[in-house]
Amino acid sequence: MAVEKIEVRDLRLSYGSREVLHGISFDVYENEIFAVIGPAQSGKTSLLRCINRTIDSVANAKVSGTIRVDGQNVRKIGHSFFRRLAGKRPPRFSDVFELRRAVGMVAPLPVGLPLSIYDNVAFAPRASGLTRRADLDTIVEECLRQAALWDEVKDRLHSLGTKLSGGQQQRLTIARALSHRPEVLCLDEFSIAIDPVTTMRIEDVLKELRSEITIILVTNLTQQARRLADRTMFLWNGDIVELDSNEVIFSDNPKDRRTYEYVNGIFG
Amino acid sequence: MLANEYAPDDMRFTQTPFGRRRELTERIAKSIFFLMAVAMIIPLVAIVGYLVLRAWPSLSLEFVLDVPRKGMTQGGIWPAFVGTVYLVVISLAVSAPIGVMAAVYLNEYAKDNWLNRTINLAVINLAGVPSIVHALFGLGAFVYAARFGYSILSASLTLAIMTLPVIIASTREALASVPMSFREACWNVGATRWQTIRAIVLPNSISGILTGVILQVSRAAGETAPIMFTGAVFFKAIERGNLFAYSLNEQCMALSMHLYTLTTQVPNVEDSIPYATAVVLLGSVLVVNATAIAFRVWLRARKKW
Repeated sequence: MAVEKIEVRDLRLSYGSREVLHGISFDVYENEIFAVIGPAQSGKTSLLRCINRTIDSVANAKVSGTIRVDGQNVRKIGHSFFRRLAGKRPPRFSDVFELRRAVGMVAPLPVGLPLSIYDNVAFAPRASGLTRRADLDTIVEECLRQAALWDEVKDRLHSLGTKLSGGQQQRLTIARALSHRPEVLCLDEFSIAIDPVTTMRIEDVLKELRSEITIILVTNLTQQARRLADRTMFLWNGDIVELDSNEVIFSDNPKDRRTYEYVNGIFG
Repeated sequence: MLANEYAPDDMRFTQTPFGRRRELTERIAKSIFFLMAVAMIIPLVAIVGYLVLRAWPSLSLEFVLDVPRKGMTQGGIWPAFVGTVYLVVISLAVSAPIGVMAAVYLNEYAKDNWLNRTINLAVINLAGVPSIVHALFGLGAFVYAARFGYSILSASLTLAIMTLPVIIASTREALASVPMSFREACWNVGATRWQTIRAIVLPNSISGILTGVILQVSRAAGETAPIMFTGAVFFKAIERGNLFAYSLNEQCMALSMHLYTLTTQVPNVEDSIPYATAVVLLGSVLVVNATAIAFRVWLRARKKW
């Protein structure tokens, strides 16, 4: 039976006085593709940022509830010093940087770092202490291949990543997210800057990756969620409307009428 | 001429009264703005031209290298020139590292809390303090309290305090010009703040940071009040052409101070000498600024996004 990779319980998030997630609870199982759909402003991106703790850099964000990755509450990471002093079991993640390496993130807009293509992909492995050239070469090639970018850039690995086209930069971003061997990969609207053919190639890669990692796919394209996901969560205005397997969500009679209407484009 | 969108097809590119008026307004506006921009050159050309003209009889390399003679009424300005170099170099050697590191903290690490808001407020207010007040502070703090006496060290530290807030402000601006999305991309792959700063933020803001620091050279070189109270003297006998004539605990001469004494305190100075002193001060500052600009252009040509 499925093992819970991420458990979210009563997660509330507010920016200042505006609450954007109203206490949601759900599980993401190991090695599944978990899609999150929902209109703009429904809290999809904020949810992802809570999971990998990049929400920390938003000054007025306030989080409550628990998010467990492999059983460890990510909101308590960084306070593990006293646990260790007390001789308790060492935690799964000893700091947020370890968490972020385990939970990869691809942002909706492509960001090529102002480094060479090679250095873009090698950045994360280097940041975690890997320096052997041969290892880095292997990782760079493998990740660029997985992101369907290798053939286009293999002859100019040392030219600037920022000089690539928008779609290529987005695939570079995906390659970078894979470069630190995440166990969970969060994709936030990864396909908005990519042409349909390349999108298909990356989707094929994602289906292959499912055997190794867990994928959370935030998307506005309901058809993409239908094609790829095992289960889909419909998030609306910070509440879960419905969470079920794709057979139910994309059937003619999901539990909630709004799901049917949103999925079939007759919402509102 | 602009196309007339509302005219019939065959008339679209003919002139209408409204089109003519619009074109005229456009030209007038452009020429006014252009004139104002060009007017900026006039003061600079006038100042430099007048100074060089009046200074001409004295201007020579010999003038820079020679020491003042006959009660400062003749000779050169070497002690003052070297003194200014000492003051500028030492003050920036102190203020640049502190300022840049403080700015990195404020821009990259600081959260929005009362302590950091207080630091910000302090920086802004320190930048607004008149130089004569800095001078009094330097006198009290470095000359008396720290017992550095009237010395190059006291004067340099006073100048450093004076340039610090501006260096912090310009460095923060340079750091802020690096897009936030770069930082977020780095944090997303598990890089620490420092790894992000080291790999992405500093390499892409270094041109702005250095420009901000170098522009402070002209300020440190030009100020008279802070050094007059803390370490600059009327006259100091040193060996001609010797670059290492001063030691840190000595008093020194400085170009800005020298210019002031020549014009107000010394009778019967040869006419062209004060002007030549001003030309050397202005010239050295312009050379340093030009280097900064050239450096910036060179770095910007290598800009990566």
